[in-house]
Amino acid sequence: MVMEQILPEEIVYQRPESLVEVSTHYCPGCTHGVAHRLIAEVIDEMGIRDRMIGVASVGCSVFAYNYFDFDWVQAPHGRAPAMATGIKRVLPDRFVVTYQGDGDMASIGMAEVVHAAARGENITVFFINNANYGMTGGQMAPTTLPGQRTTSSPGGRDVETAGYPIRAAELLATLEGASYVVRRSLHDPKNIRLAKKAIRTALEVQAQGMGFSMVELLSICPTNWGMTPVDSLHWLEEHMVPYYPLGDYKVAPMVAQIRI
Amino acid sequence: MPVQGRIVVSDLYCKGCELCVAACPQHVLQLSPDRLTAKGYHPAELAGPGCTGCGICAVVCPEAAITVYRQKMPTRKAAEA
Repeated sequence: MVMEQILPEEIVYQRPESLVEVSTHYCPGCTHGVAHRLIAEVIDEMGIRDRMIGVASVGCSVFAYNYFDFDWVQAPHGRAPAMATGIKRVLPDRFVVTYQGDGDMASIGMAEVVHAAARGENITVFFINNANYGMTGGQMAPTTLPGQRTTSSPGGRDVETAGYPIRAAELLATLEGASYVVRRSLHDPKNIRLAKKAIRTALEVQAQGMGFSMVELLSICPTNWGMTPVDSLHWLEEHMVPYYPLGDYKVAPMVAQIRI
Repeated sequence: MPVQGRIVVSDLYCKGCELCVAACPQHVLQLSPDRLTAKGYHPAELAGPGCTGCGICAVVCPEAAITVYRQKMPTRKAAEA
């Protein structure tokens, strides 16, 4: 018989305080949850929870206001960066972030985010790209890959009629007002850690008033893709990462000086 | 002896997505075969000894359902004393 020895333990990881103690409505395996967790962890680390204001979008991410333990407002479809602009200008000492999906930011809200970036608004946009409209049942989004089957493109996205997917990070990186525009993925532990670092940098950019920051996070949608969560991660890595290369698209020289 | 750890999975949050099971470098996680959460999912649990408390399951968990504990290593000073 092996003798059990009681040894002192330390907590390596526990649920961040910035998340409310409720179960989310997200499907099992949805990486919206990972994105929520990373943002909450960064807010806890920076100790800025009492100065946060979030702007929720429309889509699965609309319920973000139920899951984060700080103040949120909810914007009309796609208008989160416009609403965040107003909040930040009235309350410049707060951290204003928007949390938007691809159906929200890359389609109906494209004008708002482009102009917010062009104006160099001192806000942070978290952009979750899962290549379809998740909440409404998996329809084709501007970010759906060529040939990808969705409920509104059952034969695969035909680029002749539906055009090509929009690479939002590259697009926003061309704007002078944007200071920090990067793309990360949430498909494995290494990339999740890199994503967390990018979220931290984006909020540091806002803390120091350096202008517009955007973190695009490649995400999975197992239910609408019709795969298990583990298969979805592989699909993301094999199909989405080649079309949406990970990397830093715009890092202003002063942002590169930030040391965390 | 490798560092020992353990995890506690909250039944309130766990939805049995299996991402932690696939990510565990020690392959010591499983979905509980005989337990259900209030939502009707089989929650993740430790299948046996071997957890090192590395925390990778918590890094991939979309629900922040996992608390990771790791044995405190005795410091050199304490060991000598």
